[in-house]
Amino acid sequence: MEPVRITTPLTGEAVAGLRAGQRVLITGRILTARDAAHKKLIELLDQGADLPVDITNQIIYYVGPSPPRPGQVVGAAGPTTAGRMDFYAPQLIALGLKGMIGKGFRSTAVTEAMQKHGAVYFAAVGGAGALLAQRIRAVRVLAYPELGPEAIYEFEVEDFPVIVANDMYGGDLYREGRRQYALDKGEDAYA
Amino acid sequence: MIGFLRTIDFRTIVETTSRLCQEANFELEHDVHAALELAAKQEESPAGRDIITQLLDNAAIAARDRIPICQDTGIVVVFVECGQDLRITGGDLAGAITEGVRDGYTRGYLRKSVVGDPIRRQNTGDNTPPIIYFKPVPGSALKISVLPKGAGSENMSALRMLKPAQGLAGIKEFVLETVEKAGPNACPPLTVGVGIGGTMEKAALLAKEALLREVGARHGDPEIAALEDELTVMINRTGFGPAGLGGRITTLGVHIEVYPTHIAMLPVAVNLNCHAVRHKTAIL
Repeated sequence: MEPVRITTPLTGEAVAGLRAGQRVLITGRILTARDAAHKKLIELLDQGADLPVDITNQIIYYVGPSPPRPGQVVGAAGPTTAGRMDFYAPQLIALGLKGMIGKGFRSTAVTEAMQKHGAVYFAAVGGAGALLAQRIRAVRVLAYPELGPEAIYEFEVEDFPVIVANDMYGGDLYREGRRQYALDKGEDAYA
Repeated sequence: MIGFLRTIDFRTIVETTSRLCQEANFELEHDVHAALELAAKQEESPAGRDIITQLLDNAAIAARDRIPICQDTGIVVVFVECGQDLRITGGDLAGAITEGVRDGYTRGYLRKSVVGDPIRRQNTGDNTPPIIYFKPVPGSALKISVLPKGAGSENMSALRMLKPAQGLAGIKEFVLETVEKAGPNACPPLTVGVGIGGTMEKAALLAKEALLREVGARHGDPEIAALEDELTVMINRTGFGPAGLGGRITTLGVHIEVYPTHIAMLPVAVNLNCHAVRHKTAIL
């Protein structure tokens, strides 16, 4: 099946059209954040303060890129494990975050927030950081430059390849993909 | 006697370590490359085959552009076998290796992923300190192996003190359970290092050392080798596949190392590695 092309900002309508298992090419601006930046964002929310970036209708890519060589836009920039951001994601989804890019399982709290507020979780291929970097056209620091690779960046991406892992209807590619290929159908086989 | 000692200069060790750190991050080792190519042929899932192709393309781009295979260029684990007839001039061995890591990560534009304190979590800015294991050996050679270890797979690794009564069945169950919990998080197809025996920390160290072995190579003891084969089959029946999106190839190989242990103990450690086992060795 041909990949679906989407552009950012991500509308509720676009999210509603995505299903687990679909290949997607993303074009436009996306935000990045990982552990340290998420911690700071949530601390601000807990204090009732404004965030340094507007996350409404945005996609957050969980990534901490390696530094660029002179002349390069970015170093390697593949996804990090999304599960570490599970503590923070539901609050951001409730605020209007529409998409996340990472790798690995999400918690029930996150998938429930996605279903409630209409958001999507994309998987990018973990460990393909050099390949994925080629789809990143420009990089700009938006907040927390002192965090280095953990700063919030804005990436301008073109046809950035991802696959829908969790959609807003409860569809879960990790579960379905495994179900299709598991040979031991024990009780834990799809846990 | 001093005349018989071989000497190696501090700078030589710095330069070698720096080079190993960079090569490990830019160049997928031949054994890993071969294992992935074989996996691409064996994988039944079309999406899984596509992912392995992307991983091989990724490795080609990384080597060509000197860009890391993965942005998580790891915390560096270094295994050093130091000949006891060897003397380091111009500084100390640990200092030279640390300086080599600093140089490699700075010069190679590799990500600095080390925090100086696990609680306060300030980045040290140069990816030091590494984690160094020294082993004195006979002779006068110096063998340095670097293993930059990423968090995705390290975080899903585990250790358990089994009861001897749990035996072989308990070992298999624990290895499988660890892989099941890791699923897609550890970036399969995985190389699985298993340490059995010794004490708590010895088992963990054996599991780590097992990752230095050529991917898919079997243990010298046929019984251990058979267990490696059996676990490989079991893990490849879980259905996770490449990137955990469904498929047959969840592991490229299970490597087991064993050590004598106490009559009342059966420690088992499982150290997972992602599809890109980054290991480089130099002998000086």
